[in-house]
Formats: sequence, structure tokens, C-alpha cells
Amino acid sequence: MTLIYSFLFCGVVCLIGQIILDNTKLTPGHLTSLFVVVGAFLDIFDMYDKIILWAGGGALVPITSFGHLLTHGALVKAANVGIMGLSMGIFDLTSSGILAAIIFSFVLALIFKPKD
Amino acid sequence: MEKIRYKEIVDKNAPKSVRFKNGVRAFLIGGFVGMLGDFLMQLYAYLFHIPTKEASVFMIITLIFFGCLFTALGFFDNFVKYAKAGLIIPITGFAHATMSATLEYAREGLVTGIGANMLKLSGSVIIFGVISAYFFGLVRLIFFGG
Repeated sequence: MTLIYSFLFCGVVCLIGQIILDNTKLTPGHLTSLFVVVGAFLDIFDMYDKIILWAGGGALVPITSFGHLLTHGALVKAANVGIMGLSMGIFDLTSSGILAAIIFSFVLALIFKPKD
Repeated sequence: MEKIRYKEIVDKNAPKSVRFKNGVRAFLIGGFVGMLGDFLMQLYAYLFHIPTKEASVFMIITLIFFGCLFTALGFFDNFVKYAKAGLIIPITGFAHATMSATLEYAREGLVTGIGANMLKLSGSVIIFGVISAYFFGLVRLIFFGG
């Protein structure tokens, strides 16, 4: 059942992104930055956690979850350590994604050569 | 007179139908990517007997890997051109931005090319993510007590 919900949620997020892209002069770079900020904002009231419970993996795929995971990791660490935990735990949950992007890009760029 | 009106009507309606088509494409493809993510997460959790939280990490790594691989092979650009936000908003867009910047500057050398320009396109996501996460975290910590 979460498959259908994740389809709907991820689809609606992409649809909102496409509407913004078509009707304003924002570039994809602006768009992804905007969605990250929105995701980080939604974590203030634990709203994104409820969306993840509802939509499962579909809520983790859009870039909004990146902002959510940044805030979430910081807050989890801050609950244990105090206010310094914010700066200690901010990359706790997202490091795997950033690392994967950097490592794969590096290795693949050494293997493949650009076409033109 | 009739011709001018006809042209007016065409001009009014043409961009809208393109927008509608883009929106449908973004919805369907973005939804499909989300569904794939959920499916992979459940599959990993089932195959390796791990909690879904760890399975979600593997799922995100898988999606990033395929985003990078398809960009390196050269046909992901066409996918993105076709699906637009449907592939930019999911984490594949992050992988695509990183990989295409890396490929573009790879011939300028390891340090000045790859090292300096890898996060050229996707860096803004990390920067604004960290800034907003820090301040929203601070706000929540101060006003709502964590």
C-alpha cells in the first residue's frame, strides 16, 4: 500500500517542482535549493516524519528528504549533547548520500570520458 | 480578422498545453521513481533482514549509483530533458548534477578539474541545506526545547 502512497507523494512533489519551473525563471539549481529548505523547514514541527510514516520510501526519494535528514540528525544529536550537538550531528544521516555521490562521480569520471 | 483571432487563441493555448504535458510527465516519472525507491527499500529489508531505516540508506545509494552511471554513459541527459522536474527533484537529480559537473571538468586534471568543480552544480543543495537545517534546528531547540 505504501507503494501507491509513495507514487502519489513523490509525483505531487515533482509536479509542484515542474509548475514552479514552468511558470518562473528559476533554474533547476534554484529549485533543488528551495526544496531542500522546505524539507528542513517541515522538520521543525515533525511533519516530515509523519509523511515518511505515511508514504514510506517515496518520501525519502525527493530532495526535500535531504533537508529533513540534515535537521533530523542535528536535532537527534542535540537531544543528547546539548546545543553543540547541532553542529556535531548535522551530517549524521546524510553523509551516506553525499559520500555515495562523490565516490561514484569520482570513480566513474576516471573510467568514462565525456563524449564531446 | 478570423486569422488574427485564430493566432491569438493558438498563442494563448500552446504554452499551456506544453505546461500540462510537462506536469503530467513530471508527475508520472517522479512518482515512478518514488515508487521504485519504496520498492527497493522493502526489497532490501526483506532480502537482507535489516530494519527499514538501514534499507533506506542502501536504497538512496542505489538510486545515486544508477543516476551517476546513466549520466556517465551519456543517456541520462536525455531522460532529464524529457522528464524535467520528474528526475531533478528526486535524489537522482543530485547525482546527475554532481556527475555531469565532474565529467565536464575531468579533462582539466584531478585537483583543479574534478576536485574543484565536482560540487559546482550540486553544492548549493548542500550549502543551503546545512544553513537552513542549522537555523531551523536552532529555532526548534530554543523555542520548542528539542
